[in-house]
Amino acid sequence: MLKEIEDIKAKYPDTRAALLPALYIAQKEFGWLSLDAMKAVANALNLPESDVRGTASFYSMFRLKPAGRNLIQLCTNISCMILGAERLRDLLKDRYGLLPGGTTEDGRFSLVIMECIGACGTAPAMLVNTDLYENLTEHNIAEILGKYK
Amino acid sequence: MEKFLLRNTENPNSADIEEYIKTGGYKNISKAFELQPSDIIEEVKKSGLRGRGGAGFPTFMKWSFASADKKFPKYLICNADEGEPGTFKDRPILEKNPHLLIEGMIISGYALKAEYGYIYLRGEYPYAYDVMNQAVRDAYDKGYLGDNILGKNIKFNLVVHLGAGAYICGEETALLDSLEGRRGLPRNKPPFPVNAGAWGMPTIVNNVETLANIPHIIEIGADAYSKIGFPDCPGPKLYCVSGHVEKPGVFELPMGISLREIIYDYAGGTKNGKKLKAVFPGGISAPVLPADSIDCAMDFVSLPKAGSMLGSAAVMVMDETVCMVKIAHRAMKFFERESCGKCTPCREGTEWLRKILERIENGRGRNEDISLLTDISNNIFGKSFCALGDGAAGVMKSILKHFRAEFEEHIKEKRCRFKQKD
Ligand SMILES: Cc1cc2nc3c(=O)[nH]c(=O)nc-3n(C[C@H](O)[C@H](O)[C@H](O)COP(=O)(O)O)c2cc1C
Ligand code: FES
Repeated sequence: MLKEIEDIKAKYPDTRAALLPALYIAQKEFGWLSLDAMKAVANALNLPESDVRGTASFYSMFRLKPAGRNLIQLCTNISCMILGAERLRDLLKDRYGLLPGGTTEDGRFSLVIMECIGACGTAPAMLVNTDLYENLTEHNIAEILGKYK
Repeated sequence: MEKFLLRNTENPNSADIEEYIKTGGYKNISKAFELQPSDIIEEVKKSGLRGRGGAGFPTFMKWSFASADKKFPKYLICNADEGEPGTFKDRPILEKNPHLLIEGMIISGYALKAEYGYIYLRGEYPYAYDVMNQAVRDAYDKGYLGDNILGKNIKFNLVVHLGAGAYICGEETALLDSLEGRRGLPRNKPPFPVNAGAWGMPTIVNNVETLANIPHIIEIGADAYSKIGFPDCPGPKLYCVSGHVEKPGVFELPMGISLREIIYDYAGGTKNGKKLKAVFPGGISAPVLPADSIDCAMDFVSLPKAGSMLGSAAVMVMDETVCMVKIAHRAMKFFERESCGKCTPCREGTEWLRKILERIENGRGRNEDISLLTDISNNIFGKSFCALGDGAAGVMKSILKHFRAEFEEHIKEKRCRFKQKD
């Protein structure tokens, strides 16, 4: 992780610019941004811990609490909403006990409600981890989630 | 119309550098390098190109200001944050035509004497991130990027930088703060980024589609380019259509085509032939247009006259089954969540609006709520630190203006009649 952060520093005229990339690296390594993970980043970039935490907490894609093994990012913005995204959100609650911001008891899924993810032409849409799924229906969503253990 | 921005994108390998070169790609770099940087800026001026990021600002003006500044190094930033809800027009360039963007950035960097470029790409596009990174690596390997491009002693280095899910980071000064590794809060202007942008140096921020137009201007010349589409605002344009239409998607069309043509001739008309109710012509930050106002030209100059804005050219189509109170509520939830919190009118105002809309939608609206919505909107509009608040207030006002009766009905009937159909 430290080596990776060093390489990234070289791409910017100022060390601090490596903060977002470094947070991504730490999040990948630890699964989420615990205080320890942020401390490691702060040390690597020679920044105050409070500053790192203050920055990380601004961005919705940095997770400041532990997440499940798979992250469902469901869009409910307008183009997805008018084509049924809210029914999908309800289905995740009814079938998996998954509430927005929550994690299933077995730790298999976490759910985050997204604003537009740029797949409005094939709405409704979601990302599972980094995989994009479009044209979701109440039928195909279960099949898609079945692929993630 | 012959496609330029989406040229060859039906080819599944269009993102491959060899494919791009085979179809004439990167030849405009050599052509541009024959010209003086100032000549290229002059060509861009003659072309009439306006920025495609939302405001339609003349590109040459920004470029002239930046090149007049004597400080170096200068930075060229591509705004690939594409956060406006309903917008997915930059995505096909990023995913299927990445080398067009890189070529545009190399030429722009040369014209602006900017030797360092960054692509600020939204975190929600992991696939585009992989494609763009691969494309940048390949362009380095082929000698199109680096310290001695094509052996001409011209330098341009390019880095793809991933955002992390904050809409405000699409606003160009917030983007700069975010790029520098801070919370993405908009900056005070002046100084403008063209004089003091990234790391305090002269910085040009342009949208993906704007930069992707540059090779075309070099290829066909400013005169020919300026004849495409609408005279005051020419060029090819990407329109992304979503919502209740038969064939949603991204369409490359001449700038200034009418909204009706886009919906009915290209997007196949409304889904299942239902009655059209309303359209956001440029994302949810652009005022909504009712069904009887779609005979307007879709360009940066004409739409303001029709009461809206081209914004990100995100055409969101809503049919008769849609409740406009609910639409307003969802839009405001977005603005509340994405308000950066720096200024009070936007931070507090969007939350108040959302709460009032929520009670109206849930049948608990009060008689004074409509005037309250208007009053709060007026206190956000023109008083917020950046244009996020203006967008939120403008949309609220437009929905109230065209669909006031629906709000009155919710309050009077104490329910939403669209709900059971949902
Ligand atoms: C709240 C807000 C969000 C914005 N989001 C974007 C965006 O996602 N992409 C973009 O290119 N411009 C966005 N803009 C516009 C930019 O501030 C800026 O005008 C644009 O990047 C300039 O590029 P252009 O001249 O090529 O249009 C946004 C503006 C505001 C106020
Ligand atoms: S509105 Fe859901 S992807 Fe754009």
